[in-house]
Amino acid sequence: MSILNSTAPRHGLTRIVAGFAVLLALAFAAAFLAAGPAQAQSETTLQPDDLVAPAPAVTPSAALEQVPADEAADVADPDAVVDPAGTYTPMAPTAGKGMPVNGGYDVQDQHSEIGKFARNLHFGLFWVMVAISVFVLALLVWVVVRFNRRANPTPSKTTHNTGLEVAWTLIPVLILVGIAIPSISLLARQYETPPEDAVTVKATGYQWYWGYTYPDNGGFEIISNMKDEAQAVAEGEPPQLAVDNRLVLPVGVPIRLQTTGADVIHSFAVPSLWFKIDAIPGRLNERLLTIDEPGVYYGQCSELCGARHAYMPIAIEALPVDQWRAWVLAQGGTFGDAEEAEPELAPLQGPESAVPGAPGAGAPPTEDTSPTT
Amino acid sequence: MATTADHFQAHTEDHAHDHDAHHTPGFFARWFMSTNHKDIGTLYLIFAIIAGIVGGAISGIMRAELHEPGIQYLTYWAQLMGGTSDFDTSLHMWNVFITAHGLIMVFFMVMPAMIGGFGNWFVPLMIGAPDMAFPRMNNVSFWLTVVGFFSLIFSMFVPGGTGPGAGTGWTVYAPLSTTGSQGPAVDFAIFALHLAGAGSILGATNFITTIFNMRAPGMTLHKMPLFVWSVLVTAFLLLLALPVLAAAITMLLTDRNFGTTFFDPAGGGDPVLYQHLFWFFGHPEVYIMILPGFGMVSQIVATFSRKPVFGYLGMAYAMVAIGVVGFIVWAHHMYTVGLDVNTKMYFTAATMVIAVPTGVKIFSWIATMWGGSIEFKSPMVWAMGFIFLFTVGGVTGVYLANGGIDDVVHDTYFVVAHFHYVLSMGAVFSLFAAFYYWFPKMSGRMHSELLAHLHFWGFFIGVNVIFFPQHFLGLQGMPRRYPDYTPAYEYWNAISSWGYVIMAASMLLFFANLVYAFVAGKKVGNNPWGPGATTLEWTLSSPPPFHQFETLPVIEEHHDYHDHRPADQREPA
Repeated sequence: MSILNSTAPRHGLTRIVAGFAVLLALAFAAAFLAAGPAQAQSETTLQPDDLVAPAPAVTPSAALEQVPADEAADVADPDAVVDPAGTYTPMAPTAGKGMPVNGGYDVQDQHSEIGKFARNLHFGLFWVMVAISVFVLALLVWVVVRFNRRANPTPSKTTHNTGLEVAWTLIPVLILVGIAIPSISLLARQYETPPEDAVTVKATGYQWYWGYTYPDNGGFEIISNMKDEAQAVAEGEPPQLAVDNRLVLPVGVPIRLQTTGADVIHSFAVPSLWFKIDAIPGRLNERLLTIDEPGVYYGQCSELCGARHAYMPIAIEALPVDQWRAWVLAQGGTFGDAEEAEPELAPLQGPESAVPGAPGAGAPPTEDTSPTT
Repeated sequence: MATTADHFQAHTEDHAHDHDAHHTPGFFARWFMSTNHKDIGTLYLIFAIIAGIVGGAISGIMRAELHEPGIQYLTYWAQLMGGTSDFDTSLHMWNVFITAHGLIMVFFMVMPAMIGGFGNWFVPLMIGAPDMAFPRMNNVSFWLTVVGFFSLIFSMFVPGGTGPGAGTGWTVYAPLSTTGSQGPAVDFAIFALHLAGAGSILGATNFITTIFNMRAPGMTLHKMPLFVWSVLVTAFLLLLALPVLAAAITMLLTDRNFGTTFFDPAGGGDPVLYQHLFWFFGHPEVYIMILPGFGMVSQIVATFSRKPVFGYLGMAYAMVAIGVVGFIVWAHHMYTVGLDVNTKMYFTAATMVIAVPTGVKIFSWIATMWGGSIEFKSPMVWAMGFIFLFTVGGVTGVYLANGGIDDVVHDTYFVVAHFHYVLSMGAVFSLFAAFYYWFPKMSGRMHSELLAHLHFWGFFIGVNVIFFPQHFLGLQGMPRRYPDYTPAYEYWNAISSWGYVIMAASMLLFFANLVYAFVAGKKVGNNPWGPGATTLEWTLSSPPPFHQFETLPVIEEHHDYHDHRPADQREPA
């Protein structure tokens, strides 16, 4: 076939492609490792079992003792303490933390374990993207300079080079495998099952506000609406991100964050915690979240949900565990471990036809009714 | 049977002597009842340009609104469209605009221009066929698309819940599109998709039949120009993907109007089911929008490098591979719905696989230029712009393919930037490249190369200023589909809006160029682009005769896949 024109292989381009691929692989490895030694170490400790039975890092009760004294002092606003009498002052946000920065061109600083791991992958991918784009641009510039009509009046007739074609198929495969390994590892971490005693919070998306319930703490609900712009500015908060009642969460303990939608699909997203999960009617989504340090972290609804989609922000206030517990108590919440009686579960409802005396009820099924007999 | 054949034969002979008189229908018959692939192609192109003006104007309203925080212009537009001036109606108007912009650009600009316009015009010419296989069905395809467009425009003026128009986004997710949007607007928008979809399915069957059955003698599949290959793959994608969309939106209609609960959990349905169905169509759809562009760029790069396409078979089968893999990656649009971890890992890996055939294409285009004798005519600069910008859009695609990374950029402006790099720059740059490449062939007149180059540079700078900062906005967390934002997003949004002004100004040059070409453009011969233009359309006059190839061209054994010209029209080796 004429397309198999055998012509002299162009070693120049082959060498450039191969050299580039090696450089790219090295750069990616370097960027990924250098970006976070902590991550590199933790990656080696990630076991396949982590997917199945993750060991809880810290349990809420253990965290009570473990919270370092200086962590409480880390709170940006000294006013943000909860006194036993139950008054609670919302923490003042720190500029640039947990919120976007004007003119910012990178992901927000991360304040969760997952976020810090993911951010390293993000940096690695960023350099791969830059390298490939620059490589293609450089080839195009070279082609323009070297092979324009004036510089090269007689075109070559080359249409085929098996070695080159195999190279530019296989090398991208290797680069992609290099990306896939940390990427899959990140997914595995994000899907770690929260430990049994994790703090459970359920976020419900409504048109157009959020409701947060604490089912393990008496089931009280916080309704969270966007603050008026003038009020937000007056109180030193970013407009369109500030809310009247924040989602208050403990620092350093695993949180089982569940989402659902009351009317249409919403999405619970907090960029500085690398957290986004849709709130879908009829579904209960769940993801593990561990916040590293106290602070206010803003987010916004991230699935089109109607007219006021842009006006149902999310604000998480992360407090040291003891302050968080005080806040929960101040809201009328309870703790199971504080000698509170476990609410008794309602007995399971049996099938109506099984209730004796129900109209049309037949005999209750017995074990003998298996189809084999 | 014999009688029919005899009759047909006699009929042809009868009319052989007055062929020209036979082929000059009146204005109405020619343009409204057309069965001629070139006239229908022209209609599609005019239609796509009009739809592009509407869709582009809507994006102008959007960029004006986003220039600074707050709601500036939406109240005015809400009143203009027949709504009230209350705040929710104004905000609803925003959702109507994003929905209309997306649907118009996808279904009524890119698809009609690529497949209906250039596909209709040049697939028969390139394979040496007199016309499409089903000329009347071709006409039906076009008019269904037009009626679909009217249905979509009409939907903007009828009640849609919080205001006039369908404010669901182009994805029409349930339950926002069912219980969340009262009034007939969403029904009309769905009907628009049904009509455009039906037109596309008919068009796809037409292209498949034409390409399989009407190639000139000797033109094997492996000698077909790559543009024809690209349309063939696209037609299969349309044929397999659009019925799934039709099913999904029909279920939306019955959920809305007839009490079914396919997507309503209260009746045992599932909103996520809709998303699976939509994206099973929606992901092939994005390849439908770009594959013909791949074909066009291949023709143009080869022509202006005066070199055959490098790795022809690899190029053709890379498109087939992209088409096949495109059907098994859909859930990467749904990473945040609560997929289980194994599903997410699979879709991460499968999605990244697409980068391989795409990379083959990028490198093959560069290798085609390598060693060539490149002339930088306007189609070539647009094609080279395509190659670079599509690469940028492609690498952000690999970034987004990572399910864990997607958790921070999903539904943010990063995604908006990504798909505008592959569509507003990929697809649209290939459309302009094809337009300048084939305009002399279609019209018989040469456009101004100066204006075409100025148009390129204005458009190139403009779209990059619009969309590159949107990567930064997305990484900083700005969600999509927001008419208003916190002041921290103002810096990049303002720059992005100025980019729109640059882009719009360059579009004026495009229209000025059209006027110039028709008023004062130099008449061109068969082939204005020189010895690199080797496919069959360049052997015909410009514009081609109303019916071409009455004697079929024969592709001899000595023709390779690249050069289909008769021996006497080839340059000496």
